[in-house]
Amino acid sequence: MVRIDFNRLRFLVIDDNAHMRRIMRTLLHGFGAREVYEAEDGAAGLEAFTHYIPDIIITDWAMPIFDGLELTQMVRQPGANANPYVAIIMLTGHSEKKRVTAARDAGVTEFLAKPISAKALYERIVNVVASPRSFIRTKTYFGPDRRRNANPTYAGTERRKGGKADVIRQAPLLEKVRSPA
Amino acid sequence: MATPKNTAAITTYGDHEVITPENKLRKAVSISPYQPGETDPVARAEKALAELSSEFESWMESECDRLDHARTAAGKDGFTKANKDALFHAAHDIKGEAATCGFPLVAAAADSLCRLIEYTPDPNRIPIKLVDQHVDAVRAIFREYSRSNAEALAAMLTHRLREVTDDFLMSENRDRPDVLEQIAGPSIAPE
Repeated sequence: MVRIDFNRLRFLVIDDNAHMRRIMRTLLHGFGAREVYEAEDGAAGLEAFTHYIPDIIITDWAMPIFDGLELTQMVRQPGANANPYVAIIMLTGHSEKKRVTAARDAGVTEFLAKPISAKALYERIVNVVASPRSFIRTKTYFGPDRRRNANPTYAGTERRKGGKADVIRQAPLLEKVRSPA
Repeated sequence: MATPKNTAAITTYGDHEVITPENKLRKAVSISPYQPGETDPVARAEKALAELSSEFESWMESECDRLDHARTAAGKDGFTKANKDALFHAAHDIKGEAATCGFPLVAAAADSLCRLIEYTPDPNRIPIKLVDQHVDAVRAIFREYSRSNAEALAAMLTHRLREVTDDFLMSENRDRPDVLEQIAGPSIAPE
């Protein structure tokens, strides 16, 4: 079974609500994480991201100064910071289709709708650690591949240009661990 | 802290690049069974959260007070951007926290208030009486949580609030089909 050694991961929790930060910190420590940093708005979050260089950012959507969506867009700037590929889990009470799509298009790695549970949070973290996705850069997008699965029955227009090598699958980390090169 | 070097394999195509970053999180993955006496991390986290739960009632109390203050400000000075944002965030936080804090019945009334604020095109047309009814409902459901008929009371209040709110929103957005679709649309967020 896949196990995550949480004490080898560094987390940054960004949420303007102190109660929610406390809940997140409690859950992460419960999983075994030692390094959990906090920020209470988007600006402080960006500063903490630059300073602490976390492995995983867990951010709320609705926050003062700039929100989680804007924060994600600022982090996903290749060349502008230490790790534009950092895993970002968006934690939010907004779960409407428009919101989920906007979060995906900003470059969020995983979406976690409130109310949160230990199990749902754990699953998102396992996903980003054990099954990382390739990144895609186009003129208008930089972020995790938004195609989580290849759809063999897809019949619409091919929006990416580049021939049959268009879709690249990254070997799941589990397989790599089982048979190291 | 030192800046780690990023390495990534990049493959260029006609109009896009596929980038496979070095997986720095691999260090945290192992495949081995739990050791004797070792507990499941999810169970450990749930236990830790349960230990925190003695504080949840006071947290919800303070969130309800915050909502009440925001309602008072909006009633006094109108729906300025600051007042509208404060009311929305207060309701939104209750919606997000209530279930985790053990008061799931409170969330639906707070959610209905969020919808009322978010989907009313002109904030000045938000009926303050309907806002008051939402805030009073949130407080009442929280206050009466230990009653044996709390669930029925909460269901009745939130159903009626949601009904009135949706009627209002449908009317206010009758010329905005995209918004009407959002109002009626289901959540697609994964559980």
